[in-house]
Amino acid sequence: MALADIRHRPGVLLGAAILLHVVLISAQVNTASGLPMLQVVTFGSFSEVQRGTMSTVDGVRNLWSGYIALQGVHRENDALKQELQTLQVRVQEERAEAQRTVSLRQLLELRERANLDTTAAEVIAAAASPEFRTVTIDKGTGEGLQTDMAVISPAGVVGRVILPARRASKVQLLIDRNAAAGALIERTRVQGVVEGVGDGSLRMEYVPGTSDVKPGDLVVTSGIDGIYPKGFVIGTIEQVERGNGGYHEITVRPAVDFTRLEEVLVVRTPPASREVPEGES
Amino acid sequence: MKTAAAAAAIVVALALQTTLAGLVIRGTAAIDLVLIVVVYIALKSGPTTGLVAGTVAGLIQDALSNPILGIGGLAKTMVGFVSGVLATQFILNGPLPRFVLLLTATGLHAAIFMGLYVLLGLREFPDPMPAVIGQALGNGFVGVVGFQLFEWLPGFVDRRRAGRFLKR
Repeated sequence: MALADIRHRPGVLLGAAILLHVVLISAQVNTASGLPMLQVVTFGSFSEVQRGTMSTVDGVRNLWSGYIALQGVHRENDALKQELQTLQVRVQEERAEAQRTVSLRQLLELRERANLDTTAAEVIAAAASPEFRTVTIDKGTGEGLQTDMAVISPAGVVGRVILPARRASKVQLLIDRNAAAGALIERTRVQGVVEGVGDGSLRMEYVPGTSDVKPGDLVVTSGIDGIYPKGFVIGTIEQVERGNGGYHEITVRPAVDFTRLEEVLVVRTPPASREVPEGES
Repeated sequence: MKTAAAAAAIVVALALQTTLAGLVIRGTAAIDLVLIVVVYIALKSGPTTGLVAGTVAGLIQDALSNPILGIGGLAKTMVGFVSGVLATQFILNGPLPRFVLLLTATGLHAAIFMGLYVLLGLREFPDPMPAVIGQALGNGFVGVVGFQLFEWLPGFVDRRRAGRFLKR
């Protein structure tokens, strides 16, 4: 019955005959490498089957591991994201702590260098009104603070205490339009008064027009005002113009970045007993 | 009965072919009687029988003369099958169509046979066209004449017998 079926399917029979002949020929012929062609062809063909099988198995495995087995990954992913956010916050905290440590070390160095009775304070608030350039610090009369005590930072002069409370004090910044400090130009020792302008810059007044003043000159406190200790940096001369009345119109760029004030030192030494070497800042 | 006749024809063709082994053109036999017989069987019985006849005849011929068993068998298998398919698709009763069929079959056989040998690096056939054309023409002439004789002979014998019977 099967034979009769095959007789009516010459194509199948032809395929079988061709296969038979190919196998027969391959069994007798060697390849260029000397190996029997039947072996080479059989191995080559079977290796393709193996390759296909392995590809299928890999595909199924990848499908399983890449899709089906990932049902719990969404939950795990959420947990990891949350953990990552926690760690990022912790990193920021660590970084802030490190910066704070640097600032405190600078303050400590300043305190040792100035040889003054100082207390460190932290800026806890800015001015309530933009018209007044003040900040609030976390030290007050409880720590011995009084009105007109100088406030300094490692970069330079910050301002003075104008309103001490028991546990906090208001500090008038040097850039406030009502603030002023006795100053001198370090290079030429020419004296004047530095006043706040209100826009973040400073103006040095009462410097004679005949005196030698150049942009870039360093301006330091002179100590004659009885508030700020002598020799602390106020800023750098930015612009010098010929003014009316025989005085220079000098614009000073503050040494302190008042927008980034965090820790300061309040000088508790009475002005009469201050003796700071000139130029040390 | 048909199978026995086909087998007998193949055996006879093989026997005759071995006696014609000396008749060669540039290394190729001038006439391939086995091929002619396979084509005739396919012509009369169709592709399946032609295929089987070609396989059997080719393998025996390979066993007798060729170094690799199967190359001639594969070539004659294809010839038997293709001839049978052509016979079912076209009317190939006249001498000219049969001559063309034999030319085609010879060309196909040579292409497969020589092609496989060259492909496997077993033998070279420099400038094979003259030998193939010579064999094709020889197969064509011998085949057409042989086919006509083979088909004419039974009728001739019957007529002779019938004539003798009528004379009595």
